[in-house]
Amino acid sequence: MDDQDKRAGLLSGGQVTRREVLKKGLIGAAGLTVLPAVMSACSSSSATPSAGSGGLSGKLTVGSNLSDAIPKTALAGAIATFSALNPNVKVTVNTVDHTTFQNQISNYLGATPEDVITWFSGYRMRAFVDQGFFTPIDDVWAGPTGALYTAGFKTACTGNDGKMYMIPWDTYAWTVYYVPSLWQSKGYTVPTTLADFKTLAAKMQTDSLVPIGLGDKDGWPAMGHFDIINLRENGYQFHVDLMGGKQKWTDPKVVDVFTVWKGLLPYYQSGAAGRLWQDAAAGLIAKTTGMMLQPQVVETATAAGAAALADLDFFPWPNHGTQWDAEAALDAPIDGWMLTAKSPNASADQAAAKALLAFFGKGSTQMLYAEGDPEGICPANDADTSLYTPLQKKQLQVIGAAKKITQFMDRDTNPGFSGPQGMQGFLLDFLSNPDQDLNALMTKIQKFWDSLGS
Amino acid sequence: MPDRAASASAPVEPGLSGPAGADVNSPPGRFDRFPLNLLPFVGRQRWHLLTRRDKMILAVMVGIPLVFDLALIWGSLVVDFLWSFTDWQGTGDMTGGGMGHRIVGLLNYQQLLDGTYPFFWTAVVHNLFWLAFLMFVATPIGIFLAVILDGQIKGMAFYRTVFYLPVVLSLALIGIIWQLQYAPDWNRGFIDGTLHAFGYNVPVIKDLPLIGQWFRDVSKTDWVGGPLAIVPTVVAASWRHVGYICILYLAGLKSFDPVLREAAAIDGANARQTFFRVVFPVMRPINIIIVVITTIEALRAFDLVYIINYGRSPMELLSTLITNLSISESTRIGFGSAVAVILTVVSLVPIIGFLIVTLRGEEQQ
Repeated sequence: MDDQDKRAGLLSGGQVTRREVLKKGLIGAAGLTVLPAVMSACSSSSATPSAGSGGLSGKLTVGSNLSDAIPKTALAGAIATFSALNPNVKVTVNTVDHTTFQNQISNYLGATPEDVITWFSGYRMRAFVDQGFFTPIDDVWAGPTGALYTAGFKTACTGNDGKMYMIPWDTYAWTVYYVPSLWQSKGYTVPTTLADFKTLAAKMQTDSLVPIGLGDKDGWPAMGHFDIINLRENGYQFHVDLMGGKQKWTDPKVVDVFTVWKGLLPYYQSGAAGRLWQDAAAGLIAKTTGMMLQPQVVETATAAGAAALADLDFFPWPNHGTQWDAEAALDAPIDGWMLTAKSPNASADQAAAKALLAFFGKGSTQMLYAEGDPEGICPANDADTSLYTPLQKKQLQVIGAAKKITQFMDRDTNPGFSGPQGMQGFLLDFLSNPDQDLNALMTKIQKFWDSLGS
Repeated sequence: MPDRAASASAPVEPGLSGPAGADVNSPPGRFDRFPLNLLPFVGRQRWHLLTRRDKMILAVMVGIPLVFDLALIWGSLVVDFLWSFTDWQGTGDMTGGGMGHRIVGLLNYQQLLDGTYPFFWTAVVHNLFWLAFLMFVATPIGIFLAVILDGQIKGMAFYRTVFYLPVVLSLALIGIIWQLQYAPDWNRGFIDGTLHAFGYNVPVIKDLPLIGQWFRDVSKTDWVGGPLAIVPTVVAASWRHVGYICILYLAGLKSFDPVLREAAAIDGANARQTFFRVVFPVMRPINIIIVVITTIEALRAFDLVYIINYGRSPMELLSTLITNLSISESTRIGFGSAVAVILTVVSLVPIIGFLIVTLRGEEQQ
């Protein structure tokens, strides 16, 4: 707990002020260290819906990127509860395909967005806040919401101007999933070191399994692989500095990351660039793939039925034998809700929108979602963790054990840098041709970063 | 000619020139007022052939499309050209300062050309490959099918439907269809599934010395993900292009004068000679149209790739670069405009070529 307290102090302004962080141009970095509020949160104040906003009326539009069936249904459940509490508010949800939502976010926010929308915390939130697309919601945070989050979450929801812009909704850890019954039948054990991990992968190969599943058609799944290897090889601070442009991609330490990664590629599922992660996850559930680093596997398992979900487990990425193992750092992105600035009904709907945001910020609401979509866990510390599935309880534990937490590559750096023609492209290039001159690739990446002028 | 001019030069009341007030007594004069060879443009003295009403109609019919054309095409082109010298992000103050744009001169072009933005040259190579494949593989196949279908074959309508069907489908749909063909797991992709069923899963075949190895290797091929993913994609595009060219050429062949073919036969030419020495040269106008259509298809290739993987590596095309730069999470409109300007300039080459050929042809006639 010492460490956590220290970090809490750090984040709440004890040693490093926000201004100093800003000065370093690394406000994103501070947001990365998200204290897993939940872990110390057994306050069991099972918050009965006391939104107290029954007098609200009007209409409200919600833009959602929760397009997969399970999260979509889970959100619908939460919205239905809000509607029951506020019968005079007509809530309309517009769900857009997850990837399309992301690709078109700029145009969407600049045109006629819905009042309340889903988005991601960190650098990725601030980049759009800076462009004036969002309305601050300090008044929501000033209410009961404020007490429900640790400093880490607050920082992740704070814009560069120091105002609050987001209500956390969901967080989940990037860990390695596997099917225990398959492992038991083959006599595999959970690897704790990279060497064990490789030995296990090699053994899986001889057992005619695909050792490490990957579907990188959407471009982003491979980023999680880079993140975790970099975190283990070079540590949290280097990773964050690299994402923020304070370290160079041409640094030999980055080449090391790719070299280690290259050593694992023989065990990767071939054809990753043309495969959807959903298809890769389906292979894991079908027991043709041995393991997979991707949190959303839970979604696939849930869709496959209760038996598949019960026969799913995960372990944190193995140690690399470096000094950074102790950090146990991992990607645990926060998804949240924001109030748009350019919604055509922004002013008329604002009261209802803020009521909805406050409602979303409560542990009891997040629990409605986390129960429906057990992929993630609730950021609010008043969530009733006793309702968690075993996997969610384990996530809570893994996130709690992590001394450093990052968001995800595409949330921790300039969106232009991480896009389809950017790191997604470079990583796909690496995956399809790992034997290329890595130094040349790093030079290309650094040159591209420099050209963005960020 | 003189009497036509005389009758037309007689002042005609505007009210009578319309269809309702047509002068029944002198129908020739009425038709002469709309000569097919655009008489008014032949000589200066004939301008008065146009009544005020005609001029108004002309102004409206030419003017409105012209305004739209200028505003929507040439206007955007000019704006696009100007943006290409800025680093405008697509939001914020366009007049400069703040989050607005800065003028960066030729920096965007420099970064495109010197490889700082490495995806540009990859895209150029892909577009060129796309063009070459359509031009030298798909188009000849289309022409070949047209020639075959032009003969007397039983069930012509059936074959024609089969080859033309893909043209009816949108490229987005074709993208989805071919994704199912190419999906990399045997239980999801048709090609892998077929190989799995007949090849690398069958003990006898998979143990064959060479073929077995081939089956196993192909089973590992990442059709739309590997470094050469553009090849399977252009094959999918060709599926449609072949049908398109086939129907186009077939229409041309139908209007081909059979006398020429008979003459060739009498002269003792075989089928091949007849096609290359007689049919092909006579079909010149169609050939030119086909070349132009193929070039345009290659330059505007977009839908298929975008539906398959949004034009990510390894399937960049100039069109997807523009789209991803202009409408994506981080918009770089200025930079994307530079790519668009380059694509425009490249597109002008075949268009100008086409115009020169066409105009020269008309002069010769």
